[in-house]
Amino acid sequence: MSTETTSATTAADHRKKAPAGERVADWADGRLGIYSLAKANMRKIFPDHWSFMLGEICLYSFIIIILTGVYLTLFFHPSMNEVEYHGSYVPLQGQLMSEAFNSTMHISFDVRGGLLIRQIHHWAALIFLAGMFVHMMRVFFTGAFRKPREVNWLFGFLLFVLGMFTGFTGYSLPDDLLSGTGVRFMQGAILSVPIVGTYLSMFLFGGEFPGGDFVARFYSVHILLLPGIMLGLVVAHLILVFYHKHTQFAGPGKTNKNVVGMPLLPVYMAKAGGFFFLVFGVIAAIAAVASINPIWALGPYRPDQVSTGAQPDWYMGFAEGLIRVMPGWEINLWGHTLVLGVFIPLVIFPLVLAAIAVYPFIESWVTGDKREHHILDRPRNAPTRTAFGVAWVTAYMIMLVGGGNDLWATHFHLSINAITWFVRIFFFVGPVIAFIVTKRICLGLQRRDRDKVLHGRESGIIKRLPHGEFVEVHEPLDQEQLHTLTAHEQYKPLEIGPSVDENGVQRKVKGSQKLRAKLSKNMYGEDSQIPKPTAEEYKEITSGHGHH
Amino acid sequence: MSSQETPEENLPSEQESAHGAVAVAKTGEHADPFADPGLPPHEHRVQDIDEKAARRSERTVALLFTVSMLSTIGFIASFVAFPVDKSVYLWPIGHISALNFALGMTLGLALFCIGAGAVHWARTLMSDVEVADERHPIEAEPEVKAKVLADFAQGAKESQLGRRKLIRNTMFGALSLVPLSGVVLLRDLGPLPEDKLRHTLWAKGKLLVNMNTNEPLRPSDVAVGSLTFAKPEGLEEHDHDFQTQIAKAALMIVRLQPDDIKDKRELAWSHEGIVAYSKICTHVGCPISLYEQQTHHVLCPCHQSTFDLSDGARVIFGPAGHALPQLRIGVNDEGYLEALGDFEEPVGPAFWERG
Repeated sequence: MSTETTSATTAADHRKKAPAGERVADWADGRLGIYSLAKANMRKIFPDHWSFMLGEICLYSFIIIILTGVYLTLFFHPSMNEVEYHGSYVPLQGQLMSEAFNSTMHISFDVRGGLLIRQIHHWAALIFLAGMFVHMMRVFFTGAFRKPREVNWLFGFLLFVLGMFTGFTGYSLPDDLLSGTGVRFMQGAILSVPIVGTYLSMFLFGGEFPGGDFVARFYSVHILLLPGIMLGLVVAHLILVFYHKHTQFAGPGKTNKNVVGMPLLPVYMAKAGGFFFLVFGVIAAIAAVASINPIWALGPYRPDQVSTGAQPDWYMGFAEGLIRVMPGWEINLWGHTLVLGVFIPLVIFPLVLAAIAVYPFIESWVTGDKREHHILDRPRNAPTRTAFGVAWVTAYMIMLVGGGNDLWATHFHLSINAITWFVRIFFFVGPVIAFIVTKRICLGLQRRDRDKVLHGRESGIIKRLPHGEFVEVHEPLDQEQLHTLTAHEQYKPLEIGPSVDENGVQRKVKGSQKLRAKLSKNMYGEDSQIPKPTAEEYKEITSGHGHH
Repeated sequence: MSSQETPEENLPSEQESAHGAVAVAKTGEHADPFADPGLPPHEHRVQDIDEKAARRSERTVALLFTVSMLSTIGFIASFVAFPVDKSVYLWPIGHISALNFALGMTLGLALFCIGAGAVHWARTLMSDVEVADERHPIEAEPEVKAKVLADFAQGAKESQLGRRKLIRNTMFGALSLVPLSGVVLLRDLGPLPEDKLRHTLWAKGKLLVNMNTNEPLRPSDVAVGSLTFAKPEGLEEHDHDFQTQIAKAALMIVRLQPDDIKDKRELAWSHEGIVAYSKICTHVGCPISLYEQQTHHVLCPCHQSTFDLSDGARVIFGPAGHALPQLRIGVNDEGYLEALGDFEEPVGPAFWERG
């Protein structure tokens, strides 16, 4: 006010002229500083590639889950009090069930649209987890986790892990026969923890299993604790994506010092905003036609009942596989039991997840590379990393097979014993094979790129030479392709140097450095990458005899 | 940190890998055949040069938005029109809820068309000229870093934290102790395990009650080849702790030919070939429910642990670690099957104190 009165008429004139939108923005800027924020971000450039939308699928399904989840809390009763069912689903009339199950039945059969929202919620959760898995693989295989994005890689990894547990606590809430079986499995696994297992179980369930507390406890974990942490991580993840600016693939005009693409306003606003509606629309359509978690067909949970073909949601299938194929080792000593048959899977589960999470740090330690990387690798150009990733995915997928061994047996008429033994062996052998095969494929693709650069593209035109020989005409690549195919970096293997220094004194080399040199040789040695063509090689070939 | 890094950076090969191999030839010398040709020239789309095509795109986008509006109206109409319990047959899905299908499809279409419209708009009408933005290193300039470190040192110095060790130590002590209150508060989440996992409702003289008929079982009720589930007498579904009790007490009963029973103790604890075993799997606690009459094997459908009921219910396949506990049974004066005590070992999954 005071500034306006002092600067008199000019300000008043100005206010009259400014459109309403601008005046609102002015108001907000005076309080929130939005103009500075918009200056940096409104026309921010985002590079385009189909694989960059995988993260968007995760973000949007997360938003969909929150929206539908809030709706579901309006009707769901997180209570294990026993009630008799008197809803509109006839087959369960008069059955005893918990209020949790009863209210989920109410949502599914008596609330109009309740079933749809329930199914959207559950489908979106499956897609969220699948999206995170694939997005994580995209980041991994293109080396997008390198400096400066290591922290964001960890945020993303944490989101994946927390997503798994949020999903698990979520599908346990209806207290149906299937989810109760899953909770029982978890309780059995907790019991296997040495020394404190029984205590953890008693504290988690408020006494013996199942007791009357776990639905209410899972509920607050599922709707408040975990999503709260995840929301924070998602925001941090996005802030870092903005702050670091998005990575891009090598190509003409694209360097490590720029980011090429289209601006947030309007193109990405429209594309990304539109994509939210596309994802939501597709999930709604799936929820319209594909039933998920039909608790009315499963019935309420009873600890003494079970159905065949019990399967967790897909993202828990890996843990299920570990617990199914592990031999039932138990060690009884001094009046105590070490339940290795359950405890080892319980330990391997986080270890396997951690293996992929720490890889970026191992790689940066081996390379010693402290520079920022904004240009993505093509997977073939990092053969060891790619092979490691494929080996990891292989182990994961084999355990997924183990988690569904009964379904594989019944659907493909196989022996369940044979499948179990296959999984036991191939959990170890499979990744090794996958590693070797992937590395060879990568090297083959590198050779092909090298050939293409040096000898050009196969044109499909066969030419007969005067002396009768047939040759295929190769077309040289244009400058853009030449640049793109040779833009990647190739590390040289680290050398520890001679064991004696220039004065002939024995040099001490730490064990960790020896290990590092060894890893470096495996990752960047002669057998692990095909030297990319040099300008000299190219000139020698092209200047010599035409295209051959 | 620095002591770890410095010697590494001195490694000659490393220096080279960090700079040498990458440095794409600058201009000059002989032109580098692989040099970056720079951003390719922008190629116009049809819509950029042909206003007719652009109008067509405009109409397409508008049409998509219109379909979305109609779908939302359809959603509201379906909500009102379809009864919640109406089921329709829809090929190839089968019988589905009409309301769920109509709501989902209209909502899906309404949302999808907004998205499709926006994306089509962005792809055909908004400028598709690629622009390059500069990146700036994330690391702060050395001057900034020096300033921050100096500020920090100044702040730390002014706080006297480093000098007044007594304050520092007691503060750390207080801060590390105070979360203990939170940990202590968790104590009442549940009772201590004590021997709760060792006992079930079964006791000497308790009748075996058929789970389905709720009648006490006589030996004649148990036929060869059938699997019968039982609970201890007195435990009713309406009991408040029914779930917790049945989670330990669930029993399965089969009748074998006494000659088929290989295990001596099993035979001694049986009655006329009728044996009673805990139904709760010793792996992670699923109820076992599949019985193979010919082999007397029972299988847990969750993780496929297989037990041989004719041989002390030992594990013959799968991840379970030990045999199913057997309940010693007999017949009382009135001819009903009764328990002759509780299980001798804990039922269900193994745990540390089990021994």
